[in-house]
Amino acid sequence: MRWLALIFLLIPALVQAEEAKPLAQNPVAEARLKQLAIELRCLVCQNQTLADSNAPLAEDLRREVREMIAKNMSDQEIIDFLVQRYGDFVLYRPQWKASNILLWIGPFLLLVGGATALVMALKRRGQGGVDAPVTDEERRRVEQLLSQGERRS
Amino acid sequence: MKRFLLPLVLFAVLVGFLAVGLTLNPREVPSPLVGKPAPAFTLPQLHDQEKTFSPADMAGQVWLLNVWASWCGGCKEEHPVLMRMAKAGDVPIYGMDYKDRRDEALTWLRRHGNPYPLIAVDEAGRIGIDYGVYGVPETYVIDKQGVIRYKRIGPLDDELVAKTILPLVQELRNK
Amino acid sequence: MIPEIGHFALILALCVAVVQGTLPIYGAAVGSSTLMSVAKPAARGQFILVLLAFCCLGYAFAAKDFSVLYVAATSNSHLPLHYRLAAIWGAHEGSLLLWTFILTIWMVAVTFFSSHLPEAMRARILGVMGLVSVGFLLFMLTVSNPFERLIPAAVDGRDLNPLLQDPGMVLHPPMLYMGYVGFSVAFAFAIAALLGGNLDAAWARWSRPWTTVAWCFLTVGIALGSGWAYYELGWGGWWFWDPVENASFMPWLAGTALIHSLAVTDKRGGFKVWTVLLAIMAFSLSLLGTFLVRSGVLTSVHAFATDPKRGLFILVFLAIVIGGSLLLYAWRAPRVGLGGGFDPVSRESMLLANNVLLVAAMGSVLLGTLYPLFLDALGLGKISVGPPYFDTVFVPLMTPAIFLMGIGPLAQWKKASLPELAMRLRWAFGVSVVTALLLPFVLGKWTPLLSLGLLLSLWIVTTTMVNIRERVSHLVGNSFLSCLTALPRAYWGMVLAHCGIAVFIVGVTMVKGFEVEQDLRMNVGETATIGGYTFQFDGAREVKGPNYLAARGTFSVTKAGREVTMMYPEKRLYSVQKQMMTEAAIDSGLLRDLYVSLGEPLEDGAWSVRLYHKPFIDWIWGGCLIMALGGLLAVSDRRYRLSWRRERQEEPEAIRSQEKSVA
Repeated sequence: MRWLALIFLLIPALVQAEEAKPLAQNPVAEARLKQLAIELRCLVCQNQTLADSNAPLAEDLRREVREMIAKNMSDQEIIDFLVQRYGDFVLYRPQWKASNILLWIGPFLLLVGGATALVMALKRRGQGGVDAPVTDEERRRVEQLLSQGERRS
Repeated sequence: MKRFLLPLVLFAVLVGFLAVGLTLNPREVPSPLVGKPAPAFTLPQLHDQEKTFSPADMAGQVWLLNVWASWCGGCKEEHPVLMRMAKAGDVPIYGMDYKDRRDEALTWLRRHGNPYPLIAVDEAGRIGIDYGVYGVPETYVIDKQGVIRYKRIGPLDDELVAKTILPLVQELRNK
Repeated sequence: MIPEIGHFALILALCVAVVQGTLPIYGAAVGSSTLMSVAKPAARGQFILVLLAFCCLGYAFAAKDFSVLYVAATSNSHLPLHYRLAAIWGAHEGSLLLWTFILTIWMVAVTFFSSHLPEAMRARILGVMGLVSVGFLLFMLTVSNPFERLIPAAVDGRDLNPLLQDPGMVLHPPMLYMGYVGFSVAFAFAIAALLGGNLDAAWARWSRPWTTVAWCFLTVGIALGSGWAYYELGWGGWWFWDPVENASFMPWLAGTALIHSLAVTDKRGGFKVWTVLLAIMAFSLSLLGTFLVRSGVLTSVHAFATDPKRGLFILVFLAIVIGGSLLLYAWRAPRVGLGGGFDPVSRESMLLANNVLLVAAMGSVLLGTLYPLFLDALGLGKISVGPPYFDTVFVPLMTPAIFLMGIGPLAQWKKASLPELAMRLRWAFGVSVVTALLLPFVLGKWTPLLSLGLLLSLWIVTTTMVNIRERVSHLVGNSFLSCLTALPRAYWGMVLAHCGIAVFIVGVTMVKGFEVEQDLRMNVGETATIGGYTFQFDGAREVKGPNYLAARGTFSVTKAGREVTMMYPEKRLYSVQKQMMTEAAIDSGLLRDLYVSLGEPLEDGAWSVRLYHKPFIDWIWGGCLIMALGGLLAVSDRRYRLSWRRERQEEPEAIRSQEKSVA
């Protein structure tokens, strides 16, 4: 009877499937790699992020970034490393520098400009537009049109 | 009145930029290394694996570093140009075999000819990354102080060599 | 022979287009009814000719005629028929033919549904559309001929890009082009009004249905493109702020502003000049998009094969059409009077503010898309502008617009009071804020963006409910239901469209906040659990398709022990172009998508696999569909059906006398 009990103990182990392991060696570092890589541009497949591209250079660069993460380099240091070699092209988030100020401030300027134009237009309207008084003739025509409309609908 | 002309004016500016844009190549990534010292490295040589090569070895000379690989189509295209340059002997061209297999590289050179006095082997591609290589072939012009003065992305052609590279080499020699 | 017929048809169409683009406009200027009446038959004739050309190209594809260069470049003998036909618009030349064909469809539609328009206006509208058509036909006949021959003929074609061998290819470009090209009608209306000097409420009322229908198509087209990318590209993304995606989004933003602006011009006669400018802008952005995609000026995954000659042609065309219309605008717009006055706080001013925000958003997208080009042109280096920029900039601009969406419909025309509005909306505001703050905790995680997204969508829904309740209470009716049906369809269209946006925002917020991704190596028999679902990998086997060889993986998905579904992701190698493609397996549900994508084969039959759980992601495209349905509902409103039926029977005196005084 004892061997039957043993079998019953083993069955769950036989039936339960193995949990798949993560592809990456170090999931925490990999998560950080992902966070960085989705803001970096692949130079070969230029319409993909470094995270998504399957190009050999992208794999090489991901390897480099992984090594830098292992060396405990900060995000900014890793970005600087890549920019030093490939220029600003590799960043999908344009850096804060003189040539990019218009880019980052532009939307705000557009909004402020639009709002200013709106306010000015409203002011101009307020000064100029005067509602014309309605004459009797026009009033009669309005009655006529309204009654026509009712009949039709 | 003037404010009604504003959209037209803005549009004209836009068209101007777009017209210039037609002459540019959005895919080309210019190198931030031009004007900076060539990154140091020590790589094994292709023909004699015991020996190494390093840019420091070239101090005092003006030279070209040509990054190539046996699997690269553009390299085959530019190879005759390199052979001609090597024959003319105007400027030494040192090769860097990028992410390649040694036996395939040797076979390729045997088939197409060897314009390089020496070839460094960057098997893992790490040095390529230091040099900002993103596609082969790429060629660097490096001056006597070891500073990169020019980078060509893509195959060389005779016109570029005659009009840009050789004059630059001459200028750097005279400094 | 057939391709030559097609080619000849295009040449004839060009001649007709030239006639259509010149005589009616001249006729309208001098008041010649004979010349103006040329417009209708010319437009219909052009439609027949371009249809003929389109069918000839279709025949060449169906019959696998590889002596036509375009067919050889985009098709293959093993390509299934429906993809061979979709390949008509698979590359540059054919997609231009599609563009032109759709333009003639809209032209013909205008000829059928415009009998209530004054003759001069209709002549000018068709004339303008004819001029646009001249540009495209000329472009095709000079540098982009789809009927060019390949001599000697190719033995077999180069095949359609595998990425395009998908149902999305059949629907997305036609829908998108219906939208882009549809804005040419609104554009033509605007130009006609500027030329004729009769820019008024009637013009706006006539313009509205055309603009709305075009907008609906564009909404569907963009949604299809996004859904297709999600489904097809294998990495679960649905919007990348890619230059070509932006090129379709900008006309959409301008078109949305235009729809709202037209509503004001229609109802109150206000914003006339601004509305005209928006109409010009919306179509200009469509044309600009055409330029960006085909000129090689920007890198994009969508870009067609580029050629500087083509880019130059389109740029010149762009300069003439847009430059010409903006010149006309600068000349004629100052003469247009102001419409009805309104207070700084009123529905008009809120709609105007909404317009400002939408146009600012559109401008920001344009700025981000073209900035790398600007810097490069000025020699200031090469940068990239991608999703981090657009995401950062877009949300702050759209948030106030969505707040206005709740307040605007409740505000009175001409003069409203802020304190009174606040009073009416206090319940909606309170509920939205409290729920938005607390709900994330219930769902498991709290971030500011999560709350913001929920707040915006709840705000739209609650304010809409307040609006409906108020509207119904104003109707003296019997049952609640009869009051609801008494409200005009245009109103329900607005409600539906706005709610569509709420649904869209929920989708985006929930996906971005709660999606889970896992990159795993799976041996046969192994499982992984995400989002409560357990995926078991049952191995992969080789499968042969019509023009590809695939490795097909089998996954059984269970939840809490109960079987949910089987999923079969594939990794395909297309035989002709030797391209490797990931066909992800997606199990769609109302509340979540399960997404499985095969990576690389590893040893012993194991594979690297990517699993995703994406909650509410189908609400993104569902929301877009609801928006489009709202638009269609609005167009089916009585007043448009009546006005179409009525033709010119009993036109109100006011309009006729107005015509006389202005013409």
